[in-house]
Amino acid sequence: MSLFGTGATGRVVRSGVGRRRVQTVVIALATMMAVASAVVAGSLMVAATAPFDHAFEKQQGAHLTAQFDPAKASAAQLAETGKLAGVTASSGPYPSTALRPVDPAGFRMPTLTLVGRSGPDGDVDRVDLKSGRWAQKPGEIVLAASFEGPAIGIGATLTASDTANAPTLSIVGFAVSASKTGAAWVVPAQVDALASGGGPVTSQMLYRFDSASTKERILADRKRLAAAVGPGALLGTQSWLDTKRVADQGAAATVPFVVALGMLGIVMSVIIVSSVISGAVGTGLRRIGILKAIGFTPREVVRAYVAQALIPAGAGIALGVVLGNLLAVPLLSDTEAVYGTVSLSVAWWVDVTVPAAALVIVGLAALIPALRAGRLRTVEAIAVGRSPRTGRGQWAHRTMGLLPWPRPVTYGLATPFTHPVRALAMLLAVAFGTVAATFAVGLTSSLTAIGTSQDPESRAAVTVTTSKLNNVAPPPPPPAGGSVAGPSPVGGSVAGPSELKVADPAKVRSVIASQAGTGSYYGKTQAEVAVTGTSGSVRASLYEGDSRSGSHEMISGHWITGTGQVVVPTRFLERTSTKIGDTVRMTYEKETANLRIVGESFDTSGSELEVHADMANFASAEPGAFLVEVRSGVSADAYAQKVTAVIQSLGGEATTNAPSGQEGVILIMSAMAVLLTLMLICVAGLGVLNSVVLDTRERIHDLGVCKAIGMSPRQTMSLVLSSVTAIGALGGLIGVPVGYALHSLVMPMMGRAIGTGLPSPVLDVYEPVHLLLLGLGGVVIAVLGALIPAGWAARARTATALRTE
Amino acid sequence: MHQVIELKGVAKRYDSADAPALGPLTLSVASGEALAVTGPSGSGKSTLLNLVAGLDKPSDGAVSVAGRRIDQLSERALAEFRREYIGMVFQFFNLLDDLTVIDNIQLPAQLTGISRRRAAARAGELMEMLGIQKHARAYPGRLSGGERQRVAVARALVNWPALLLADEPTGALDTASGHDVRDLLTDLHRAGQTIVLVTHDLTLAEACASRTLHLVDGRVALDSCTQAFG
Repeated sequence: MSLFGTGATGRVVRSGVGRRRVQTVVIALATMMAVASAVVAGSLMVAATAPFDHAFEKQQGAHLTAQFDPAKASAAQLAETGKLAGVTASSGPYPSTALRPVDPAGFRMPTLTLVGRSGPDGDVDRVDLKSGRWAQKPGEIVLAASFEGPAIGIGATLTASDTANAPTLSIVGFAVSASKTGAAWVVPAQVDALASGGGPVTSQMLYRFDSASTKERILADRKRLAAAVGPGALLGTQSWLDTKRVADQGAAATVPFVVALGMLGIVMSVIIVSSVISGAVGTGLRRIGILKAIGFTPREVVRAYVAQALIPAGAGIALGVVLGNLLAVPLLSDTEAVYGTVSLSVAWWVDVTVPAAALVIVGLAALIPALRAGRLRTVEAIAVGRSPRTGRGQWAHRTMGLLPWPRPVTYGLATPFTHPVRALAMLLAVAFGTVAATFAVGLTSSLTAIGTSQDPESRAAVTVTTSKLNNVAPPPPPPAGGSVAGPSPVGGSVAGPSELKVADPAKVRSVIASQAGTGSYYGKTQAEVAVTGTSGSVRASLYEGDSRSGSHEMISGHWITGTGQVVVPTRFLERTSTKIGDTVRMTYEKETANLRIVGESFDTSGSELEVHADMANFASAEPGAFLVEVRSGVSADAYAQKVTAVIQSLGGEATTNAPSGQEGVILIMSAMAVLLTLMLICVAGLGVLNSVVLDTRERIHDLGVCKAIGMSPRQTMSLVLSSVTAIGALGGLIGVPVGYALHSLVMPMMGRAIGTGLPSPVLDVYEPVHLLLLGLGGVVIAVLGALIPAGWAARARTATALRTE
Repeated sequence: MHQVIELKGVAKRYDSADAPALGPLTLSVASGEALAVTGPSGSGKSTLLNLVAGLDKPSDGAVSVAGRRIDQLSERALAEFRREYIGMVFQFFNLLDDLTVIDNIQLPAQLTGISRRRAAARAGELMEMLGIQKHARAYPGRLSGGERQRVAVARALVNWPALLLADEPTGALDTASGHDVRDLLTDLHRAGQTIVLVTHDLTLAEACASRTLHLVDGRVALDSCTQAFG
């Protein structure tokens, strides 16, 4: 007794699988590709959502974190907001301020949102204490767990600021707030004392709502809160949706395109499996008739034909699971870095569900033609090939015969109409292949455009810094959500150890201005600023002079053209519920300026909010670097050496800028897109190959006749190839606009996943010539897929072909 | 009178069989001659026809048709040679079911690259000659066996071949249709067409052929030209 019921059925299955090697390989590859894509897509989706959602629910995370002005809203008033309609739970008010402590090694840490809480628990935001204990008295601090490291551990002491006589804080614990309501916690009584250095103290309220699943609902909730307290009392809010997005973004950006390619793969494998089994039934009619004549029951015939699909599909599915797991590793490790200690691997149920679903889909795809085989009447099946064929496609031969092209070509062009279903399967395979190619070309072009736009500074030939780059403080521990920022890669505002020597920017500017070969230049510094309405600090790039050459890509509005203006990223607009034209209040050191938002910049720098403004808005700001464009014909290296020779003694240096390289995530995404697309294109080609093999086998006698009456091998080849050319052209015609539309759909989704809109250079990546070439790609897929069977047909021995029924 | 077919020491072995399926055989067929090849099944008749048509290559010897050594030609040259010098008629017609009668007939002409108009004119001429012009736009599946064989003959003659090869042309026909085809071949022979006819039907051979070659086990048992038994 074999796996397939009887020994005889098993032998029929094995011989069928062995005899139709091309179709067997096609089924295995198609399912392998589809399953690999689905495993990657599934595991990324799980990775992108599950850890945050679990932690958020466990901690009863805050849907909205609100900062109120304690001078305008009393604690009692704030407590009353917890009873507003729609609010299901609230915590607070907690005193809150910004703190920029100095670590035990003497480095200034990033600005932290400090919250005064007497304990980690509450109705909302039950902070998870990872190690140590909660702060019990002034002088103790609990830090976000992401800061824990060799230098910063329990028992270590931080200094509250870099001013003389600043209070010290002993680290007593490390904690995680899924809602990112704070990065450091002390007892409430200490917040005022720590804030006396200059920063304002706000009242933090945490809310959960009965409905907070969309941005619109959160905005409505926020509006109700603002109305419940006096005007100007609500200083800023932070939505859990933003926090979730930041937490998820490591993998989230890749999900839309992997899902799109995965779906393409699954649809294509269904088409191909159905087409292969239909073809096997169509070409095996006599065999089916003979099997029935010698005693096979219809059920045994159905089982035999389904099994002939399931065997290669099973092998393909197994390989697909392995390949999918291998492909998911680099992407998941990227995601793992976002969550810190949470270890991610492909979820076991993804590895079980995807292959099971694939097996069911393949089984169903095979079942329909197999049922047809089971229902076939024995006499009809045996008679196949002995009587003239039906009139299908004769009109096409008549019409094509009128075309002024060589007869083998017109004969071939009419061939698909003889088997419309098979031709349709071929057309879909080519169309999906073209969709994948068009989408992948757009995706990789967009990713390249994103990579290029990420580092506008690299457009300048030379960077002259006022300090030596290796004097800058080492980076801090991984950032905890949106409330911290790292040191700037350029700029002098990040203080390092006290021995750091900084050149006078005026002297550096003078050297650049007088240096032969200087084309244009602008100054830049990066600094932490406070923006009213946002919690934590915001990174600001401040520019001196004409900075257009270093501008970011703009999604809307324009780059800064003078003082009183600020350019902000999409996340800033969303988080602060502002729009272009609104005015924001920005504080740098002790200076405050009201700046009008004039543009929305494209910024993929991660969770930080980076704004761009003119340095002249803040009198105390000075450039930390100058970005210099050298004159035509001047060597950037020689220029940098000359400038360094002059300013080295002052403490500065000049370096040339290498063209910006692609970031790891972009490279991974591009490589994955290319890999998955090549797989899809290969499968499309294999789909064509399968159909043409079936066609050629069926028509081998006719081809023999043609050869007998004088058709040369080359003419035979052109006949077979032209039979797929029109399908290829039509597939390209369908596939290109669909691929274009898919790109237009997926790219903004990817942008939203990382919290940004996309500028036109990222979205409008298709040139007309690209689209034309991609359209011709359909013909290329079809012709390449048909090349092997066309060769077989051309080489087939005429006498043998004539004997074939 | 020049020789259209010349076979010198031709033998054909299939696979690694010791005994050849045909030959060794030396044979000439003159222009205008009608040769009937007869013999029992497995005697080598179809093998001989395939060698002369260039559909197969001999294991030994030389095959010349219309003055050219066709056993040394490439597949492409053979195809071009066939379309120019040889017309073939098969037992089961071997018409292309997807094409109309006129399209079937003009296909070999179109393969040579001549214009559609010229090919259609020649096809029309042949259809009229063979009495099938009323079926020009019909598909082979709708014709009787005899009509289909007339279409096959018209297709074989469309390029004015030097040699017409017919493999059991009446084998799949009823008696009346068989007589029609016999008369047609006789007329063609009288008109000077060189014909090689493979058949089991001795009446057909007698009626159409000026010469009979009887094969047994791949060897010539009788050549009526020489009246010699092999």
